[in-house]
Amino acid sequence: MPKDDGIGASTKRREDVRFLTGNGKYTDDINLRGQAHVHFLRSDVAHGRITSIDTAAAEAMPGVLKVFTSADFASAGGLPCGWQVTDRFGQPMQEPKHPILAEGKVRHVGDPIAAVVAETHEQARDAAEAIEVDIEELEPVIDMQAALADGATKVHDDLSSNLCYDWGFVEENKEAVNAAFESAAHVVSLDLTNNRLVANPMEPRVAVGDYDPWGDMHTLYTTSQNPHVIRLLMGAFVLSIPEHKLRVVAPDVGGGFGSKIYHYAEEAFCTYAAKVLKRPVKWTSSRSEAFISDAHGRDHKTRIELALDADHNFMAIRTETYANMGAYLSTFAPSIPTWLHGTLMAGNYKTPLIYVNVKAVFTNTVPVDAYRGAGRPEATFQIERLVDKAARELGVDPIELRRKNFIKPEDFPYQTPVAVVYDTGNYHATMDKMLELADYAGFEARRAESASKGKLRGFGIAHYIEACGIAPSNLVGQLGARAGLYESASIRVNATGSISVYTGSHSHGQGHETTFAQVVADMIGVDASSIEIHHGDTSNTPMGMGTYGSRSLAVGGSAIVKATNKVIDKAKKIAAHLLEAAPEDIELKDGKFSVVGTDKSVDWSGVTLAAYVPHNYPLEELEPGLEETAFYDPSNFTYPSGAYGCEIELDPETGKIDILRFIAADDFGNIVNPMIVEGQVHGGLAQGIGQALLENCVYDDQGQLLSGSFMDYAMPRADDLRGFTVDHSCVTPCTHNPLGVKGCGEAGAIGSPPAVVNAAIDALHRAGHTHVTHIDMPLTPARVWAAINS
Amino acid sequence: MHNFEFVKPSTVADAVAVLANAEAQPFAGGQTLIPSMKARLNAPEILVSLTGIAEMNGVRRDGGALVVGATTTHAAVARDAASHFPALAALAGQIGDPAVRTRGTLGGSLANNDPSACYPAAVLGTGATIVTNAREIAADDYFQGMFTTALDEGEIITSVRFPIPEKAAYAKFLQPASRFALTGVFVAKYASGVRVAVTGASEGGVFRWAEAEAALSSGFDADSIGRLSHPSDGMIADLHGTAEYRAHLVRVMTQRAVRAAH
Ligand SMILES: Cc1cc2nc3c(=O)[nH]c(=O)nc-3n(C[C@H](O)[C@H](O)[C@H](O)COP(=O)(O)OP(=O)(O)OC[C@H]3O[C@@H](n4cnc5c(N)ncnc54)[C@H](O)[C@@H]3O)c2cc1C
Repeated sequence: MPKDDGIGASTKRREDVRFLTGNGKYTDDINLRGQAHVHFLRSDVAHGRITSIDTAAAEAMPGVLKVFTSADFASAGGLPCGWQVTDRFGQPMQEPKHPILAEGKVRHVGDPIAAVVAETHEQARDAAEAIEVDIEELEPVIDMQAALADGATKVHDDLSSNLCYDWGFVEENKEAVNAAFESAAHVVSLDLTNNRLVANPMEPRVAVGDYDPWGDMHTLYTTSQNPHVIRLLMGAFVLSIPEHKLRVVAPDVGGGFGSKIYHYAEEAFCTYAAKVLKRPVKWTSSRSEAFISDAHGRDHKTRIELALDADHNFMAIRTETYANMGAYLSTFAPSIPTWLHGTLMAGNYKTPLIYVNVKAVFTNTVPVDAYRGAGRPEATFQIERLVDKAARELGVDPIELRRKNFIKPEDFPYQTPVAVVYDTGNYHATMDKMLELADYAGFEARRAESASKGKLRGFGIAHYIEACGIAPSNLVGQLGARAGLYESASIRVNATGSISVYTGSHSHGQGHETTFAQVVADMIGVDASSIEIHHGDTSNTPMGMGTYGSRSLAVGGSAIVKATNKVIDKAKKIAAHLLEAAPEDIELKDGKFSVVGTDKSVDWSGVTLAAYVPHNYPLEELEPGLEETAFYDPSNFTYPSGAYGCEIELDPETGKIDILRFIAADDFGNIVNPMIVEGQVHGGLAQGIGQALLENCVYDDQGQLLSGSFMDYAMPRADDLRGFTVDHSCVTPCTHNPLGVKGCGEAGAIGSPPAVVNAAIDALHRAGHTHVTHIDMPLTPARVWAAINS
Repeated sequence: MHNFEFVKPSTVADAVAVLANAEAQPFAGGQTLIPSMKARLNAPEILVSLTGIAEMNGVRRDGGALVVGATTTHAAVARDAASHFPALAALAGQIGDPAVRTRGTLGGSLANNDPSACYPAAVLGTGATIVTNAREIAADDYFQGMFTTALDEGEIITSVRFPIPEKAAYAKFLQPASRFALTGVFVAKYASGVRVAVTGASEGGVFRWAEAEAALSSGFDADSIGRLSHPSDGMIADLHGTAEYRAHLVRVMTQRAVRAAH
């Protein structure tokens, strides 16, 4: 039994008290004395040349402090890209400049052209309407394939084409893969789209820049998942502010899902404008602005093929994907369709040969970057749809085809043909668990019951693998990352025994303040209430890389374990001195140090007090104080996996799909807080089901966003999601981090879309609509109806 | 949002007097008007709140009719019309979410005449009478296409008189994002015949489906219209459905409304 608030306990989230009572402190709650407000004038055309900007009338409007254009940023750098992909010919990707305000051209609807800073936001907005901008419209580049055609209009005049890179992986395997297809007994192929999504966190982005001229100190308060990364990118590459003169604070953040990883123009703008104007400058995104300025997710078009031998063993996978980069490279954009996607194409299967080709394309649309799962949902969707299609074409059970090709428990560690090595897993176990929880055996009876009401019932399966705990720095460095991906922690033990933990991870819904405290409480044996978790402020936390890629517990938690162990080691030495014993003989249990085999002991606070009031203390050997910092760099990714089952009812008259049951059997390794893990899976499932059934970000051929508000962009709501069965009892602990944890934040969003689509196809096939082999997401009623009637 | 003046008269006459100013606009629940003002698509100089006018509010039985004041909120209709005219109450209870229903009003919905709104289907489907400060307008004359009505400048709806049908139901197929009607059908059976009004589907706004009315008038049975199909010409085509899909839903939702009618 886990003890109260220790590892394994479903401790209630301590942060929820302030969130649920309206007392969270979000960036928009920060209002500084003398604060001015900025409004961005954004392009309403997708592509055009700016022939003139006249700001005179706007400058003269009431309350206006200054109107900025790109001319004001002549000495600033562009927003940097944090990952350089090398193409299959050994050349670096094409990397255009991403200016803070449009220089010469606008490249997507929403591209900021000018910025008005005024006493109030309404004044700034009024003045923005008075700016006269002449734009000579150019042909918009929207469709990815058309963008790569000879003679296509270029998004960036100074690049050779709209191709960012043409990436092949594993390039050396290409011929062998093609040969496998030549000799295959069966080839199954599928063309699919992974729909473009808008993250839509509940809290829109906000930035407040502040400048103290007396200390030449810049402060940026921002809605970020990784304040240190923003400090590094903005300080070093955009505004040339050294770290010691720049503080970045990301206070409570209301959800990110990836969209708040990146360094955005508005952050650099507010930081810079605060210095120019010597006044704090604030920007709060409206929801409408978020749709056209937050990085979008997904947007892949893929052809995937699977070669099988006569016994239905997978021989090879071959893919060709077009990945939309949008108009500029967002911070981590190039890595998503490549290293976070190609390396996952083995899935849970022993496919010996894999070749992935990705063409990343610039278009006149909002930049696209990581969104919950980032690359891994795209990989999983392709594999799990294709395996399902293969089973149907071969006339075999989709569960058995999967089992036959699964990597077996005894095969671990397993070297995939796509670079990564899976440390542990047991895919048969999660599949068994899911089928048991789903009462798969009773499906046929439930189907008959639906049929009697004129409804089609279907059951869909997906089994996923993901690479989390991002990531070994030396490895990602070789792959083009311009950053390390370790994590940091400082444990400051206070004199009376309470503990302040400073982590480089950032919590924006994940519940770190609770889970991280559970870890430290468990290790030391003190009450969790005596531990406070601090995060999100570069002025008091060690350099950390932040939260994304399901890395916080696996990497950030490991850093906390390391630092806590350092604290315990030192504390034992102090205890040994106090107890007149050797440090090796000291044991820490339940917050008490004792000499093994004796009844001599001193409690935790006795030791901490001695550390800070070192009267009786080995000062020659040991420094006073009890505070340790650790950096943890993982030696491998972690590989959560799981089996998802989705049971739906489909109304053939309208095409509407209702999800009746959803079962997630995940292997996340060890679990620190089961309740929080369940919540993370629920959220991931909601987003994955949202992608599968509802969400779709659509541009027309002029580059206007058709789904630019919640009137047309369908978010999942409570009544779309009737409840989930979530299980994480299948545990193969991670072999290379101290907690044996794998990460759970993205799994739901990765594994659910193919399960939902497979369920829909299953329902249609069982009802005889066998001509429907695929429907692109989202499976809206209209699309499903059209597919049935095609 | 631009700055504006806010007045809250307590009589229809006072409201009409302020509305004589071309820059004044009536204001009820604000569920349509406020978003359009925030988006700066609309910038009235004077907002004339109608919610302080007692005679414009509430649900009242008048013989075979139900009279609903124009400022009665959707939530109040859902509650107070339930025992008199359950189909109308059910329709009101399906509009938007609790916040929208608590503020949004019948009059605001009808004045706006959104092609995907629900109330127009009930008003046209019952042949209701729209009562204004100046006159009475028959439903068949009131709706004049998307966002267009018979209301004159400065004219306000004070109430709507619904003849209570023998049986009726509203079948709404949700647009997945906005949850307005992708296609909604109101069917009402009277001794004199059946009326069928369709919202959400047509570029011309709410309309009556004459063929279905004729078929249902001779036999109020979902099967009697099983063979009918509505043409797709003039149907709305957008992200959420093609013209053909909406035309198909017109028949499906009409059948569902007939089955549900009570
Ligand atoms: C999130 C959301 C979901 C919604 N979902 C639905 C839905 O599912 N189905 C649906 O039908 N509707 C829906 N609506 C619209 C809702 O019903 C609104 O309440 C309605 O459209 C307007 O009513 P209101 O009282 O808020 O009007 P207001 O916004 O105050 O006014 C709307 C217009 O009507 C005018 N006006 C108001 N009252 C009168 C009057 N008595 N006489 C003359 N002119 C008047 C105003 O000047 C203005 O032009 C939704 C709205 C929102 C915000």
